[in-house]
Parts: sequence; structure tokens; C-alpha cells
Amino acid sequence: MALTGIEIFKLLPKTNCRDCNFPTCLAFAMALAAGKTELEACPHVSQEAKDKLSDASAPPIRQLTIGHGDYEIKVGGETVLFRHEKTFFNKPGFAILISDEFSDEEIEKRLSKLSFYQYERIGMTLKPELVALKHTGRDERFLNMVKKAKDIPYGSIIMCEDVSLMKEGLEILKGKRPLIYAANRDNFEQYGVLSKDYGCPVVARGNGIEDVAYITERLTSMGIKDIVIDTGAKSLKQAFYDQITIRRSAILKRFKPLGFPTIVFPCMMSDDFMKEVMGASVMVAKYAGIIVFSDFTGESLFPLLLQRLNIYTDPQRPMTTQEGIYPINNPDENSPVLVTCNFSLTYFIVSGEIENSRVPSWLCVMDTEGLSVLTAWAAGKFVGDLVGAFIKKCGIENNISHRKVIIPGYTASIAGDMEESLPGWEIIVGPREASQIPSFLKTWKH
Amino acid sequence: MPFEIPKIKYTGRIKEVTIGSGNKAIKVGGESCFPFYTFEGEMPNLPKIAFEVWDSEPHDWQNWAKEPYIDVLHDPVLWAKKCIDVFGAEMIALQLISADPNGADRHIEEVVRVVKDVADAIDCPLIVWGTSNDEKDAILLRRVAEVCEGKNIAIGPVSDKNYKQIGASAIGYNHVVMASTPIDVNLAKQLNILLGNLGVKEEKILMDPTSGALGYGLEYTYSVMERDRMAALTQEDTKLQYPIICNVAQEVWKTKETRITEKEDPKLGDEKKRSILMEAITAMTLLLAGADILIMRHPESIKLIKDMIKELI
Repeated sequence: MALTGIEIFKLLPKTNCRDCNFPTCLAFAMALAAGKTELEACPHVSQEAKDKLSDASAPPIRQLTIGHGDYEIKVGGETVLFRHEKTFFNKPGFAILISDEFSDEEIEKRLSKLSFYQYERIGMTLKPELVALKHTGRDERFLNMVKKAKDIPYGSIIMCEDVSLMKEGLEILKGKRPLIYAANRDNFEQYGVLSKDYGCPVVARGNGIEDVAYITERLTSMGIKDIVIDTGAKSLKQAFYDQITIRRSAILKRFKPLGFPTIVFPCMMSDDFMKEVMGASVMVAKYAGIIVFSDFTGESLFPLLLQRLNIYTDPQRPMTTQEGIYPINNPDENSPVLVTCNFSLTYFIVSGEIENSRVPSWLCVMDTEGLSVLTAWAAGKFVGDLVGAFIKKCGIENNISHRKVIIPGYTASIAGDMEESLPGWEIIVGPREASQIPSFLKTWKH
Repeated sequence: MPFEIPKIKYTGRIKEVTIGSGNKAIKVGGESCFPFYTFEGEMPNLPKIAFEVWDSEPHDWQNWAKEPYIDVLHDPVLWAKKCIDVFGAEMIALQLISADPNGADRHIEEVVRVVKDVADAIDCPLIVWGTSNDEKDAILLRRVAEVCEGKNIAIGPVSDKNYKQIGASAIGYNHVVMASTPIDVNLAKQLNILLGNLGVKEEKILMDPTSGALGYGLEYTYSVMERDRMAALTQEDTKLQYPIICNVAQEVWKTKETRITEKEDPKLGDEKKRSILMEAITAMTLLLAGADILIMRHPESIKLIKDMIKELI
């Protein structure tokens, strides 16, 4: 079972040296127990304590990496059944299936899709991260495909049932830590050896949960730790059941043979691409570690990346937007200026409504530590003198010829103090709800 | 030894609520397990989709949203009938957009006439969604309740500011209320208690947790709904054991990501399919958190969602 902060504390050096960037060993122990830091942050911990702690502090679902360098992804490491209980940690990796059946042109196109489909959103890049290279019997084409995958920086899944070919593939991708797919009941020894020799994670592919548990136990007994589970589900309903069973067994029962991240193939569960995407969205919410798609398209990938971002957002920490001036709809020196907080949801909604209004505007986002407007106001972080000082400091004065600023309607009471701290400015009380911004802005006259 | 899934002990059950009358009436709720966890409990009534219909012609819809309804958008009665006759709608959600004081602010009696016309023209259950302006809804929905007497419609959103007026009319004319709270378990519970104290019967309450769209706060709604369901089913919190309704359509279709065309941003792909998937994925995510009724816009996203419900059951 997981250790409590106090139990962890007993195993630490208790020197309060601060090398871990926590003020005391106890604070570090508490953070460790909460899964907010890693033991490696303490350079002084003894080997004995390390062994004890790493075993006990290991999440019930193994966390492992695929790929290398900047493009390495983490999967697994989950500790809860519902995101509000703490958070989901590692977003499921999205993989595109590339088969040796495809034409050279199609293979090239698919390989290039990973760098094409990238989306900027509040200082983050949303993007898919894996290619699944599938062998269907065309050995030479398959190996050529693997060679091509070597030239892109993204992580790979090698899907091949021929052991010697798999070995050749691993040789080509040496050092890039691909995921080996897959060890089954009959070949797990050979695939286990490959996993050990090349230091790559391996998928245990079974026919149902029990079969998978048998294979992971065998692999574990060979000393392999980085395992990914495929229960071979052919329908969404079965996959849904399997994912819940695995997550519950690992977390509620600490059942080790199922304490691994999973891989699912919505592309095998439906012939209809739209339904495949919907199946994938179920798997994003319900526990998949890696999701393999028959293809990537902008219209399917973007909504799924957003959903993945939403589900894996840490509910303990408000999402924030960077403080600063955001020009919307190409504003000029006569455009209105609006000010709001930096809670990212507020930013999205306010900026979205300004965009909808098509009125060129300047949106000034003030750092309120991720609090929403009313909460920030109540906490004294969105009050007249502070907002006034921010307007002065942010430099919006250089972008406009007028001196008017629109504040959120719910904080009308700060207008007085703002006027005092912003002499010469007119403070305009805007609408209470963001949805009223478009009609409000349409009446704007500078 | 066969492997057994660690079970969760459920002690509660969601109440069943019927909307509409006659043989087209629809019953929702009744679950005794988490959404689609039918291996350990029951989901006797499948989640239902209500097609949204506006009380006035929408002017800022994307062409690809207008397309299926292009011939009927000007007439709420024809629009509702098309949803039923052509797209197989089992339920209609009439959105009283034109009544919004921050918008067209149409006169109450004009809006009430539209509601009555639609209610009289269809035989499937009707949901009437007000303006979310507490004062206007208090008067408007009271009149709506009056003219729809006998039809057992669902009216809302009902807030802690106007629950007395709307709740009383719902009791008087025997309708269902949609208790709306801003993404918060305790506030939801509180409003349900207030409605109960007022005399609204248990089988006459739906909960509206306030729906965020994909990329716009969906995760907040998702987690609040999961917590609602957890309290209702595993912690015997009887005041949260009500079916949940999510007004998805408008939230999704007003986002900029449903407006940008592929030409403007090729990475975002086909705008029609993208918008349909954004609506369907929002709906799917909310279904997984416990939605019993979803108000949706596009016939194709609705079809996708219906297919997914079938696959998961």
C-alpha cells in the first residue's frame, strides 16, 4: 500500500537541507505522499530507503516511457478512478496506424501528419505523439517503413508477430525506445527477451483480462517492468468493461498483474471513422493509456485533443492564461480595451465572445493567480488599485489613443478606486455575463 | 479461478421522471449504477436526446448548422415537426432565445404564443428552456406552464432566485422543473431541497448542472456530474438522486472552433465534421458522467450519440 507522509518522513535523512527545494524533509515527505514530487529530488536518501520507498510509493499503475528525448511520452502512473479524487496524470498517447500495405506515398503522408496536426492553446501545444507501424506480411516494405520512422522524432509502436523481424525493427530503432507489440501466451518468452535486450517496453496481448494477467505475470517473472496491456477487446462495450476492470483491480485491490497502462484500438471496433472517433472519446475518459487510430484528420484529432486536455487537466490547480495584452480581431488605437482575470476558462469565454462580436478589441488579462473575476474580487486580487496599477503597467497606453477601459459588470464597485489610481481614464462598467459582450461592444464609440 | 472485477457498492438509485403525456411520454432516470456500468447495476431507461428548436429564426448560425433545417428555421412549428418526422426526434427542446432581455427581448405574450403553437403541434415530450434571466423567466415560464397545462412539459432553468414562482406554477399545472445551478454539488443539492420544501414532487425534478462545452469548461461539468452521481448512488444522498439534463447545443455551437473553416485553418480539418464531432464528443463525455437528457443541435451528431448509446448498453 502507499505510505503516508509520516511513514515516508521516517525514511528520509531529516536534515532539512532544502536540496529538494522543499523547506523541510517533512514537507518533502508530504508532497511525495501526495504524488506531487519524486524521490529523485532528494540527493541524500539512502539506498535502503530508496528501495523501500520506490516499491511503496510506486503508483498502482506502472508509469513508463515510450520514445526518447523531447518526444518521449509517459503513460500510466494513474492513482485514481475519478479525476476529481486527485487528477489523471498522463494523457493517453494518440497513435496513427501505418501499415506495410500502404503505398509509399501514403506512408510518407501519414508519417508527416504528426508534425502537421499541432495546435497552440494557452501556451501549450496540443499534438498527437505516436506512430503504430504494422506488419502484415510484406517484410521488406515493413522494414523500410520502420527505417522511415527512424527519421521522424516521434515515438513508435512496432506491431509485428514475427520475432526475427521484430528484432530487426528494434535494431533499426535502437535508442528510440519503441513499444514492442505484442507478447502473447505463446511467444512471451521470445518477446520478453527482446524487451530486455533492447530495453523497450512491451505489450502483453491477451484474449481477455485473465489471459492478459497470466502474460504480465510471466513477463514480470522474467524481470520486465515496463509492460502495456492489450485485452484484445473487439467491441467498445468490451473495451469499456476491460478498462474499468483493470483500473479498479490495480487501484482498489493493488492487483499487480493488472497494474499497467493499457493500449486500445478503436480502429478495430468500428468500420465507420466517425464512430471510431466517438469510441476513442470514450477511451479518453475511461482510462486508456494509448489509443491507436486508423487515421488522423484535423476534424477528428482537434476535438479529441481538446477532450483529452479537459479530462487530464489537474482539478486541484486552476488553469491560467499568461498575463498580458491580447489583440483580438486586429485592433487599432481606437479600439476598446477590456480587462479580465487570468483564469483560463474566463479568458477563453471572454476572448471567444469578443471574437464572435467581430469588434476589434484589446483584451488585458491580469494575473489573478487563476481565480475567476468574482472570486479574485472577493479575495482582494481584482480590486480598483490593483487593476488600475495593472492597466498602467501592462503598456496598453502605447497601443491606444483614447483612455477608456471596460471592466466586468460584476465588479462595478471597483470603478471608483480604479479612477483614483488611473487619473484621466474613464472606467466603463461592462456587461455581467460574457455572452452579452458582443451586443455591448457593438455600441462602442471611442 | 475466474477473475472478478472489484465491485463498487451502490446503495442508492436515481429517481424516475416522466416527461410528456400519452404513449409518447418518456421516462428517464432509474439508474442503479454509474453510467453504462451495466455489469454491476441497471440502466432501465436509456439516456434521451432532445432536438433543440429556437423560438425565432437564428441569424448567426454556421451554414453547416443551418443546412439540415434551412427550410424550416423561420417557423418553430415546422422546425419541430421536421425534427420529429424527418430526423426521428423523440423529444423537442424549445429554446426561448428571442425573450432574452439582453437580446431581442420579445414580449412575453408573443413568446408564449410560440410555445403554445409548438406544444399543440407535436405529440412528443417538450422541454421549454427560458432565458436564464431570473426575473424574466419567473414571469415567462409561469405563463408557459399555464398554456401547456396537461402536457407535462419540462420547464427551466429554475434558479434559487425564481424557484418559488416557477416551482409553484409547475406544481399548479403539473409540469417537470429543471433545477439549474452553476457547476456545484452543494448548490445543486440546496436547490433540490428548496424545491422539495416548496412541494415539488420528487418525480418532477431534473437537475441542470450547467454545461460547459469541449474546450470551454467541459471538465468542470464532467467532474461535478461524477460527484453528483457518486453522492447519489454510493453515499445515499437522496437530494441528488435526480436525472440530469445538459443543454449542450448552444454551448458547443457558439465556440469559435465550430466557426473557423478549413480554408481559414487547414489543420482544423473539415468544418462541418469537426463541429459535429465537437458536439458529439461533448455529449459523449457528459453521458459518461451521468447525463440522462442531452439537448443537441445537429442531426448527425445526434445520430452518432444514439449509436454510441446502443453500443455501450
